[in-house]
Amino acid sequence: MGKLTTLMMPALALTTLFVSHNAMADFGRIIATGGLTTVEGSGGGGLVPWATLSSYAEQGQWGGTVAYNQADVDDYKLTVKAATLSFDNRWEFSVAKQQFDLLSLGGSLKQDIYGVKYRIAGDILYGDTPQLTVGLQHKRNQSFDLPQAVGAQDDTGTDIFVSGAKVWLDGLWHRTWLANLTLRATKANEMGLLGFGGDANNSYELQGELAVGMFINRHWVIGVEYRQKPNNLGFAKEHDWHDVFVGWFPHKRVAVALAYTQLQSIAGADGQDGIYGSLQVTF
Amino acid sequence: MIRACLIGFIIMLALPANATERTLYDELGQKQGISQLMEAFILEIAEDERVIHHFENVDIDRFHRMLSEHICDLSGGPCNYSGESMATVHTGMNISRAEFNAIVEHLMTAMDQQQLPVSTQNRLLAILASFHKEVIHQ
Repeated sequence: MGKLTTLMMPALALTTLFVSHNAMADFGRIIATGGLTTVEGSGGGGLVPWATLSSYAEQGQWGGTVAYNQADVDDYKLTVKAATLSFDNRWEFSVAKQQFDLLSLGGSLKQDIYGVKYRIAGDILYGDTPQLTVGLQHKRNQSFDLPQAVGAQDDTGTDIFVSGAKVWLDGLWHRTWLANLTLRATKANEMGLLGFGGDANNSYELQGELAVGMFINRHWVIGVEYRQKPNNLGFAKEHDWHDVFVGWFPHKRVAVALAYTQLQSIAGADGQDGIYGSLQVTF
Repeated sequence: MIRACLIGFIIMLALPANATERTLYDELGQKQGISQLMEAFILEIAEDERVIHHFENVDIDRFHRMLSEHICDLSGGPCNYSGESMATVHTGMNISRAEFNAIVEHLMTAMDQQQLPVSTQNRLLAILASFHKEVIHQ
């Protein structure tokens, strides 16, 4: 936590500075276009980073978010504290602190993630081109003993991803729809909580991640996500993840997500279904 | 089973093309509904310090009349928009992306005030969003 606090202080100071100069108070984008905060800190849905950029910063504006996410499945509990800072509807910087408690085995796995996302083309709402972003997530595992014991090769790793997202304002049933596709090159085992690379495979793998959502109205969205994952460790098969979510955007300052996730088998413990919740505050 | 679902889905996709659907013009309450909506919209804009400077020398009655005529035309009503193109109208205004979004939000608020259903709101928003490129940074 000390490290995160150290990182957050300049961010908060910077934020306060910009708030006081009212450059940020404009919230220049339409509600919900900032999306939610994922388990890895990047803006998106829950499990999948989207091409959306966090906060409501339009061209020439700053914005930021802080978020707390928690997933409770049968044998594990994941908590994520995250913050983002975005500029110019172009850049998104994120930091996340993950803790994964092994409820039945005892102990926990920890990881810090530093992310950056850059919009290369398009706009989420306007024009024919989907919003396209490229991003990095640099991950530093803080509890490498267990991952190393099960065959992980590295305690740090960097995911590289490309995302495309498009919104149809007047889609099927005259509802607003969102679709996002993310392609990620990664060596991470269970996002990196079990380290990077493994005895079974130690090279980058390209993984597909998909999200589709329908806005019932401007404040409520329902959707599904699917995330492919690699298989680098010989000791247990790693499974793809999916979730069904409800997002609530009562106001530009607050967003809430509730999801039912199927994380399947993690580190050999089967049937890891459960509830995921996320609370995001935007400034 | 999957095939049946797929066929059902394709039929649903085809449904909106059905001629029985009401025109957006009707859903907006025809000329009177559009006129009221545009009045509410202009009142919202008038209270916004971020964008009001763009309307300083605008003849509000004419603006309301032209806006209503344009929406009537775009929504399939019995009107022919007689004004200039959106690109021409906004030339020299240098409207930013944030200002465009602010105007969109005022329309959303106005549509909420008129208690228009979500589907009607989305139909109108989709039409107006297509003018984005012709309006910003002109």
